[in-house]
Amino acid sequence: MYGKGLRPLSIATVVAVAAALSLTFFYAPLDADQGFVQKIFYLHVPISIVALCGFVAGGVFAILHLRSGERRWDAYSYVSIHMSVIFGVAVLITGAIWAKASWGHWWVWDEPTLVSFLIVFLMYATYYPFRYAIEDPERQARYASVFAVTAGAFVPLNFMAVRMAESLVHPRTFATANGGLPGEMMFTFLVALLAMGLLWVTLVKLELTAKSASGQLKRLRRALDAPAPGGGSRIAPEVS
Amino acid sequence: MDFLPLAAPALPLDEAGKYVAGAYVVFMVLVLVYVSIMAAKLQRIERELKELAGFAENRANGDQADADREQVSADV
Repeated sequence: MYGKGLRPLSIATVVAVAAALSLTFFYAPLDADQGFVQKIFYLHVPISIVALCGFVAGGVFAILHLRSGERRWDAYSYVSIHMSVIFGVAVLITGAIWAKASWGHWWVWDEPTLVSFLIVFLMYATYYPFRYAIEDPERQARYASVFAVTAGAFVPLNFMAVRMAESLVHPRTFATANGGLPGEMMFTFLVALLAMGLLWVTLVKLELTAKSASGQLKRLRRALDAPAPGGGSRIAPEVS
Repeated sequence: MDFLPLAAPALPLDEAGKYVAGAYVVFMVLVLVYVSIMAAKLQRIERELKELAGFAENRANGDQADADREQVSADV
């Protein structure tokens, strides 16, 4: 059910990622201040935006789960958060590399943008132990949804707080009163953002497909393990 | 914060290149590792599904054979 449209989506993602890489290295001009190091911007910022939007999407799916009680929304919420945590790891690593190249430090503790993202990331890292500490599947899904809604609401609030804070070194690229990005850079950035968004959606769909197949397999095994009508119990062989 | 160069000069290309390559390679490796894990998971599911399908087929054949045997003994 989830695998429908996965192939065209994967092809679109590969094309978009290839286009984004080509534009980044062959079309976008070198930044006057940072030079070649600024190319990390076209990777780091899109994955940050996609990761944060993914966390919010996880919260929205959790609301749908709490409203309807349908387990598929819980699966969507779980996979969205899971994928955003993976993207979050990439954000922290690429950000640290960029910080080292630009500022000479891997991490700056009094920079609100960096620390706030780390707080969001660590908060979502607790989602897994929280979720799997509950054994009953119904309660697990419900409590995880409450967590996802609360944490999802925290993400935009945190973002707004950081925007209002006085930044020391981290630039505010899209909110400067005078201009912002030049045309070629903005176009490249938007293509990169689209590519990362497509990558996120494709990977979410891939994981949902695997989860769905795994669930169907379990149901099939249970059905085969059930005693045959009119006969003794026939246990299906254990498949490793 | 005086240790942070707010207007640091751009790194030369040979030095900047390794940082840019590092960032992109790390991300690509992360995605590839994830996709490989998912591919292995899907392969395992496919293998298990085949084994279960074989088991279900054998079971259906066994049921048919039992029914045939019961029919024969009833006729006798």
